[in-house]
Amino acid sequence: MQQVVAIAARRPGGAAPGLRRGLRAALPALSLLLILAGIWVLNPRAISYFGLTLMLNLAVPVALATVGQMFAMAGNELDLSIGTFVGFAGCVTATLLHDNPAAGAAVLAGCILVYALLGALIHLRQLPSIVVTLGMSFVWQGLSILLLPKPGGHAPDWLKSLMGLKVPYVPFPVLAALAIGIVAYFGLMRTSYGAVLRGVGGNAVAVQRAGWSILKAKMILFGLTGVCGVLAGMALIGLTTSGDANLGNGYTLLSIAGTILGGGEFIGGRVSPLGAVIGALTLTLAGSLLNFMHISPDWQVAAQGGILIVVLAARVLINRTGRPA
Amino acid sequence: MSDDVIRITGAQKAFGAVRALNGVDLAIPTHECLGLIGHNGAGKSTLMHVLAGTLTPDQAGIEVGGETVPRYGVDVAHRLGVRCVFQELSLCPNLTVAENARILHPALRGFGWRRRAAALIIGKLDEIFPGHGIAPEAVVGDLPIGTRQMIEIARAFTTTTEPVRLVILDEPTSSLDGHTASQLFAFLRRSVADGISAILISHMLGEIISTSDRVVVMRDGQIVTSGPTAQFDRDKLVAAMGGAEGHAAPGAVQAKPASTAPVKVRLSPKGQTDGRELIARAGEIIGLAGLAGHGQTDLLLAVFDAAGRRSRKASVDGAVALVAGDRQTDGVFPLWSIAQNIGVRSFGAFRRGPFLSLAAETALAVQWKERIKIRTADLDNPILSLSGGNQQKALFARALGSDATIVLMDDPMRGVDIGTKLDVYDLVRDEAAAGRTFLWYTTEMDELSHCDRVYVFRNGVIVADLGRSEVSEEAVIGASFAEVA
Repeated sequence: MQQVVAIAARRPGGAAPGLRRGLRAALPALSLLLILAGIWVLNPRAISYFGLTLMLNLAVPVALATVGQMFAMAGNELDLSIGTFVGFAGCVTATLLHDNPAAGAAVLAGCILVYALLGALIHLRQLPSIVVTLGMSFVWQGLSILLLPKPGGHAPDWLKSLMGLKVPYVPFPVLAALAIGIVAYFGLMRTSYGAVLRGVGGNAVAVQRAGWSILKAKMILFGLTGVCGVLAGMALIGLTTSGDANLGNGYTLLSIAGTILGGGEFIGGRVSPLGAVIGALTLTLAGSLLNFMHISPDWQVAAQGGILIVVLAARVLINRTGRPA
Repeated sequence: MSDDVIRITGAQKAFGAVRALNGVDLAIPTHECLGLIGHNGAGKSTLMHVLAGTLTPDQAGIEVGGETVPRYGVDVAHRLGVRCVFQELSLCPNLTVAENARILHPALRGFGWRRRAAALIIGKLDEIFPGHGIAPEAVVGDLPIGTRQMIEIARAFTTTTEPVRLVILDEPTSSLDGHTASQLFAFLRRSVADGISAILISHMLGEIISTSDRVVVMRDGQIVTSGPTAQFDRDKLVAAMGGAEGHAAPGAVQAKPASTAPVKVRLSPKGQTDGRELIARAGEIIGLAGLAGHGQTDLLLAVFDAAGRRSRKASVDGAVALVAGDRQTDGVFPLWSIAQNIGVRSFGAFRRGPFLSLAAETALAVQWKERIKIRTADLDNPILSLSGGNQQKALFARALGSDATIVLMDDPMRGVDIGTKLDVYDLVRDEAAAGRTFLWYTTEMDELSHCDRVYVFRNGVIVADLGRSEVSEEAVIGASFAEVA
């Protein structure tokens, strides 16, 4: 063992574990800065209060959905239904919550409960979360279409004014995204029970042997995903002011990409809430950058995928340095 | 008897047909370090899981401090101060050192828990392994395995609300170097003097002899010997693990003269420094022995990887087939029929142009159903309709029905009934006589008597190379357990 360590230490170019982790942690912020720099070079005026407010218009719902996905991934699961769920929550917001606030709130709370029960189902029956949530994605989509067969509905006024909030100096979406990241960071990374929740993703057997309930942890994690999904749907309607059953469909992949871009891993419960929010901002801004580069919208999804691959390749390179051959 | 920390009586636990614990009585007094040893399948780990509350025995009476505990489980064990350092590490790799300490202690909550958790684990690390150099905010997955083991050990000794009364250490030094191991044992002696109890499981007999007060030897799910450590030496322990009556080899097999047949496999385990290598000739049955998980499977996989290629380090001359031991994970295709499961290794022979000949597949399966006596009405039934023993026979048929001249067996008789075993032993001998080479990793001592040559593994390398006449239970156990700590 000692021999191996000694060899690794002598290897030229082998970064120390601390430095490597630092680089890894900095990668999401670096990619965001790179995108911002790209926008600035192409169109310096876009980096302004109004420019950022416009470009980051959709950042809040994307960040919320991404943080929701991150909770599922912290427990070593994946939620493929978050996109259509955001859409459904949006439809409820634009119809029931607008017409009958009490009923709307009850339905949205019920949705969160359903999410927690999905977590219980996945744990108790040992089902792959991918399969369960893939099935649920069709359920949410179907419910959305039943509720809102064609685009329509109205956002509650308070929601519209909240999402249209103007604060001095800093664009509101930046502040809101920052707040989301900080709340999620303290909840998951700094509280004592947050450590247990993440431990479930890392080594569930060990957590169970220490006397914790995995069932409870999974239900809480999925419940939190549900909370974030509901908030994302509400935020989205606050911005668009009316609903559409297909509104959230793109959010599934966007949320997974944002979590991964922010330093999360598909397996092993390694996640970073601040990274996830930064990842969401990066993906939102990438669309604007591609616009400024005059890349047609048809190519933008592919280009966003390209950005993801480049960042992940950089992460692999960082991980590889310092690993004994 | 109330100064016993824990007392377990009549513990029984069966996994299918295997009786892992067969009536174990064990009492652990305070101020005692108990050394627990035994060969593969003796029941050590099962007993430890029962004491730690992670496994519910089929039957057992558990008394703690003189009082019977009816519903013993993880929670109760924790409350009573029973801690366990498991052989497979139980840290969360995505959490920091301090957060892993928090997982064990529900009391580490509220404001400032991170600081308190860090102080707790680092304080204990300082106490056990002075100069460890571990930072509390380091992510465990980034640390080398030896360091992780140190953290796991230190964590087991940390206390918040309930005092630690019994610590079970299952092979605690498997990833520690000599220096940290001696720090651990010095600490263990100090703690036992201060009033806690410990159970030490180790394959290093030197550690057991130098550290424990009392030795308990297990064999076949029972305690066969126990007594003050001072009464034992290495030879006595080895003899006790092997059983005094000695096991006669079933079926006298005449000693063959040294084979001059061509060498089929020549390979040295990764990490072997003394130049020993494994040599298998055509027609030989080579046994791989030693404690489970000491590199035997790795060697089989190395042979599998090297098949057909020739390098300076390894030569494997001929096609290779593997018989998996862990049927459910590595062996059967659970959704396929019996015939498909048998034929999957022989697709090359079934090819007719771009298609597979189903007739050829069926013919092969029918042929081997007869030879190996698979009990089924229809070979098109799903493989899972067979009993475990017959599933294993299908896996043998898959390997033996193929064109492989070298057959690797990864402890394939785990949990298989005796009738199946006898059928397969005969078949292996016949096939070897016909020129096939077998590499047979087995944890069952009796099976080694079928082998022409036995290599004993310890810590990933070959430590003994026994000819047919030298193979005995005592020789194998003696080589499996290291002399010095």
